[in-house]
Amino acid sequence: MIMGGQPVKACVSLGTSHFQKANQRVRAALAAADVVELHDVFAQRYLGCALDAGKKLDIFGTPGNDMACFLDGGEVEVHGNVQDQIGNTMNAGRIVVHGRCGDAAGYAMRGGEIFVRDDCGWRVGIHMKQYEGRRPVVFIGGDAGDFLGEYMAGGVIVLLGKAGKHLGTGMHGGVIYLKAPPDPGLISDSLVLEKADEADAEVLSPLMCAYNRLFAEERGAAVDESGEGFWRLRPASSRPYASMYAQ
Amino acid sequence: MLDYALPRFKVLRDEALCVKCGVCERSCANEVHRSDGASGKFAANHVACVNCQRCVVMCPVRALAIANWPQVDCGSTNWTLGYMQDIAKQSQTGGVLLASMGSTQPLPIYWDHLLLNASQVTNPSIDPLREPMETRVFLGSRPSALKVNERERTVITEMPPQIKLDVPLMFSAMSFGSVSLNAQKALAMAAEKLGTFFNTGEGGLHRELERYGEHAIVQVASGRFGVDAHYLNAGAMIEIKIGQGAKPGIGGHLPGEKISGEVSRTRMIPQGTDAISPAPHHDIYSIEDLKQLIFSLKEATLYRKPVAVKIAAVHNAAAIASGMARAGADVIVVDGFRGGTGAAPKRIRDSVGIPIELALAAIDQRLRDEGIRSTVSVVAGGSIRSSADIVRAVALGADAAYIASAALIAMGCHQCQDCSRGRCNWGIATQDPRLTKRLNPEEGAERVVNLVRAWNHEIQEMMGGMGINAIDSLRGNRLMLRGVGINEKELDILGVKHAGE
Repeated sequence: MIMGGQPVKACVSLGTSHFQKANQRVRAALAAADVVELHDVFAQRYLGCALDAGKKLDIFGTPGNDMACFLDGGEVEVHGNVQDQIGNTMNAGRIVVHGRCGDAAGYAMRGGEIFVRDDCGWRVGIHMKQYEGRRPVVFIGGDAGDFLGEYMAGGVIVLLGKAGKHLGTGMHGGVIYLKAPPDPGLISDSLVLEKADEADAEVLSPLMCAYNRLFAEERGAAVDESGEGFWRLRPASSRPYASMYAQ
Repeated sequence: MLDYALPRFKVLRDEALCVKCGVCERSCANEVHRSDGASGKFAANHVACVNCQRCVVMCPVRALAIANWPQVDCGSTNWTLGYMQDIAKQSQTGGVLLASMGSTQPLPIYWDHLLLNASQVTNPSIDPLREPMETRVFLGSRPSALKVNERERTVITEMPPQIKLDVPLMFSAMSFGSVSLNAQKALAMAAEKLGTFFNTGEGGLHRELERYGEHAIVQVASGRFGVDAHYLNAGAMIEIKIGQGAKPGIGGHLPGEKISGEVSRTRMIPQGTDAISPAPHHDIYSIEDLKQLIFSLKEATLYRKPVAVKIAAVHNAAAIASGMARAGADVIVVDGFRGGTGAAPKRIRDSVGIPIELALAAIDQRLRDEGIRSTVSVVAGGSIRSSADIVRAVALGADAAYIASAALIAMGCHQCQDCSRGRCNWGIATQDPRLTKRLNPEEGAERVVNLVRAWNHEIQEMMGGMGINAIDSLRGNRLMLRGVGINEKELDILGVKHAGE
């Protein structure tokens, strides 16, 4: 809904209300306004569930698990940290976290973008996939916990800080870009670690610019926008199970 | 390396009957039958035969039959030919043995040890041809108490979402990818005609099946294939797949060569890449985590759809089912170890899990003991072979049954257990367009509808015999069952008396 050229904005204070009631109120507010600011958020789950394109949630406080699950084109911006499993099975849209995120962010996401200013927990980007025109992106500005990109089947993960153990376990598609080179001894035989090239820099540069637009001011410094100097981690095969069975 | 593998089957051709028409050759995707051209005589490549019986059925003069390969084993009851051939195959390839459909192990089938009751003299039996006989079932959670405005004859209690089945069975999950679109279409059409439901499996909902959405159960599994808000809202119920009877504890691998453009679009995954369903859901490590997923699905569908959770029948199924009910599952689905599959490691299919009869009885008892049985529905699957098995399942505590193999057999499946190779001559477990066109969805649906109508009539007859006129009165009514030839412990777990008691 546009009035006088500006999207209508609404404010909702959640306090300690139960997640079902909180989500009902958020949905009611979103039906009347394109941008909804949530204040005093205290760990309510599922905020922004299946949010459509053209809608935005601005969250102040700490949202609960499964924020923006099944996100369907909408935008969720969190002015603080988030808990586990943001962007579960998201289709399209954008999640921006001005802080750190918990475990399993972007589980099975097949489109859209997640930008996290700082660190992330374990199993982030697990089973991300791409198909046809959709190529999901998870961008982590800090360090990552273990199992980053586990079972990854497509999409792009960018990590500016340090990776944890078991990086890309079971990965069979997509690419993980690492600013800091990981210990090659920790990379499994089913993966290939190599220097990123110019084509990679073309993918990375716009993402670095986006990260700066979102976070450079609050970080007090901008990151290098050239997209150069990265390492690329990719699977050796898209058919890891091709020779597993006796036929 | 010399291949030690022997043929499993021998093709027998009655040369006196054979008219050399070549139908057998054209029928067989495994290229078993070959004409030598000059004489028009056919030779058989026995080793390629999987005993799907397509050629036997198609032969216009009934000149063909398939027999077991006549090789005797070494005489040991321990080192059977089967085990030795498995070792031959694995020593040749180093691979995991793959199998399809249900377990072939000669383990107890408790259905065959449970006999049904019938009324004599007292509580007279009911003739379903003369009197109304209710086989309708509602699945979903139920309120603890129902308030009714008697003056206005309306229900005051807000009812949770439920689905209505006109027959006490549904078609269990078979994904597009493991079966053909024509097979799914046949089941969808049959479900619509019968007033019941088919299940998409974890392969997404093909756009041509969206019009059957009111009769679809959409599945959410660990790979989340094809799952988005549109999909979740397109079906009548959502089912979270935790496990499957044929392969408890492991995930699934759909090989890249089976991921065609259509399968890729429907699953929303890359084409030609192995599709991996991880063994666990990586967001579920506890009952509390399961609750989180259940409610994320309810939020995404605005609490308008019941959410079922499906587990394989395993040792602690009863305790797990209790947790599922408390986590907010509206329907508990339990799948026994004899249940079928498009592909599973053979050792897992044949060794892991427990019989559905024992798991179902234990789950029903546990939920009753805890006073929560009436808050959820229970659906049992995993090799339901006949209407009598459904009656037994309901008497052991199920609200409804899931069938899959039986429906496929109605469509032409001959249980050759070769689904995983994707060369199903009956057009069911294949994506090859030359084979899938052999299955006409309308005809397949008609056969399945015939089967279920016949079963439903048999169920009514059996209920009528017991003097029961509504399937609700049969549910958990174990006095209608008696065991034969099973021990006290088995009777105790099944909660039934021995025949004669």
